[in-house]
Amino acid sequence: MAELADGQLPQECPGSSSAQAGRAAACQGCPNQGICAAGAAAPDPAEAAALRARLRAVRHAVLVLSGKGGVGKSTFSALLALGLAADQAKQVALLDIDICGPSIPRMMGLDGEQVHQSGSGWSPVYVEENLGVMSVGFLLSSPDDAVIWRGPKKNGLIKQFLRDVDWGEVDYLIIDTPPGTSDEHLSIVQYLSAAHVAGAVIVTTPQEVSLQDVRKEINFCHKVKLPIIGVVENMSGFICPKCKNESQIFPPTTGGAEKMCQNLNVSLLGKVPLDPQIGKSCDKGQSFLSEAPDSPATSSYRNIIQRIQEYCDQRNFQEEKIIYERNKNVVHV
Amino acid sequence: MAPGLAGGPGLAPAGGSAESTGPGTGPPVSPGRYPGSTSLRGSVSPLPGSPSPPPPPPIPGPSAVTVGGGADEVRHERSNLAGVRHILLVLSGKGGVGKSTISTELALSLRHSGKKVGILDVDLCGPSIPRMFRVQDNSVHQCDSGWVPVFVDQDKSISLMSIGFLLENPDDAVVWRGPKKNALIKQFVADVAWGDLDFLIVDTPPGTSDEHISTVEALRPYQLLGAILVTTPQAVSVGDVRRELTFCKKMNLRVLGIVENMSGFVCPHCSECTNIFSKGGGEELAKHAGVPFLGCVPLDPQLSQSLEEGRDFIQEFPKSSAFPALAHIAQQILDGTSQQSS
Repeated sequence: MAELADGQLPQECPGSSSAQAGRAAACQGCPNQGICAAGAAAPDPAEAAALRARLRAVRHAVLVLSGKGGVGKSTFSALLALGLAADQAKQVALLDIDICGPSIPRMMGLDGEQVHQSGSGWSPVYVEENLGVMSVGFLLSSPDDAVIWRGPKKNGLIKQFLRDVDWGEVDYLIIDTPPGTSDEHLSIVQYLSAAHVAGAVIVTTPQEVSLQDVRKEINFCHKVKLPIIGVVENMSGFICPKCKNESQIFPPTTGGAEKMCQNLNVSLLGKVPLDPQIGKSCDKGQSFLSEAPDSPATSSYRNIIQRIQEYCDQRNFQEEKIIYERNKNVVHV
Repeated sequence: MAPGLAGGPGLAPAGGSAESTGPGTGPPVSPGRYPGSTSLRGSVSPLPGSPSPPPPPPIPGPSAVTVGGGADEVRHERSNLAGVRHILLVLSGKGGVGKSTISTELALSLRHSGKKVGILDVDLCGPSIPRMFRVQDNSVHQCDSGWVPVFVDQDKSISLMSIGFLLENPDDAVVWRGPKKNALIKQFVADVAWGDLDFLIVDTPPGTSDEHISTVEALRPYQLLGAILVTTPQAVSVGDVRRELTFCKKMNLRVLGIVENMSGFVCPHCSECTNIFSKGGGEELAKHAGVPFLGCVPLDPQLSQSLEEGRDFIQEFPKSSAFPALAHIAQQILDGTSQQSS
């Protein structure tokens, strides 16, 4: 495998496109300080224009976040994309920016697929006519390949995903993120500023160890002014297939997502119970919604997906109303 | 033409040596003296671009020779890790598989075997360890040798260090890019006065990125026993852990073994066992990769509850289905270290 060395950055480099570029305490002594402070290291205007052009074609961008790992972000992202794409009239795109742990290809049954390049850019891998997918997983030649990259390189790839992938006209761009509040999250919010970001869906499990990370994620959203569509509580109870009694495997000792949402004034979009079929479907790359249409988990997912759609439509309606009002007041001479 | 990371649009996974970390632990900060034992609560600002917490003052006396000064201090005095007999990393690749849980339970098991254990939590965005021992409101203080870790009880048999102790508000999101995370990890490795420990367990966030590269590089000069990899049984998890195995190989980090967590759930009402997250993936991966398989730990709501409430699961639930598995994992670690020394 060819290896590229990264540029030498000061230990605390805030990032050349950050608002702190050249101005942070860590910048003193860095040979690039002058360049960054002058804004010359900011995103290339041509690049920024290319990003804007691509993202203009996206009607609603939805980020799926957590803070905590393993709560079901990728599972939810995959099912959200599949659920939205059930309407053949809608064009859906699923972008996986978890560079170290890309789960989306397997979940969508696209293991081993490759990305092709043409004059108009990188072509996403299509599951259905109206559902395209992109992930670093498609760029790796072996399932054992590890992407051992520091932040700046991950950011570079995320930018390429947004700038170079030829999604075409898209109704919904679903973005699956890794856990945390770090480079990938800062970067995606920054790069998406040119797009219509509907907002973030935050996934959690009921127990406090998850909620404590999710509160941080909600805080992050407020800080970067990312609207929160709502919270999904996943793995919310398990019904034993034999005796049908419910067990709380991940007990909501501090009131679960419901209490947290009340305290923080965010919407609870729904609760999804544990169903062993979910894991199996993900492993096999099949849609759980199709494989187990009668599962209580399926109806939970469908309700949540519908609420997200309604949120996006409502937002769309409000924006169009603003434009209409604005145009009404223009005097034509 | 297919763009690929091995040659397409100029991207390649940095498979070999880790990216350069460069010198320094942060911006030059005059060490100064801190009156009494000042708490470090609030010394870390979660905002991007803000400085790292101040390094502790150097040890006074002729043995303390600092070379360079400022951010490039090289301490010639006894390293804070000199008294630690074995260091082991708990890794995954996948989030939410139970790294922090296994780190906590392993520490408790080792303590019950009479060992002194420390846990270093390098998950800066999602620090779970303090709460698992019910010490999330404790503070870190400074002493002459550095930062004093937080002790879990009077015996001082388990000590902890986590960014969780340094934040003013536990709900603050630590929104840092890589370089700042790396700087704090280096401080955690160099400046925490662990004293004498039998084991230092390092709990990591998911992935193969800044924190992992920096932690391994910072710990390389010390008594690094190796890494335990945690997975859940299903393929989606195993898929990420395979990449973590590659990370270990590239970083020359010995793999002590794989733990398959959340492996089966026994219904407390009827004792029916359901494989909620599938079964067997961890064991197969261990066989495929030629590394030891340390065991399966089943899902046990009592374990989840104990962790939520910061109680000692090992002490309270010796009859739990998870207990023998956890005890067995600890025993294999102990056997491994006694083989090493013989």
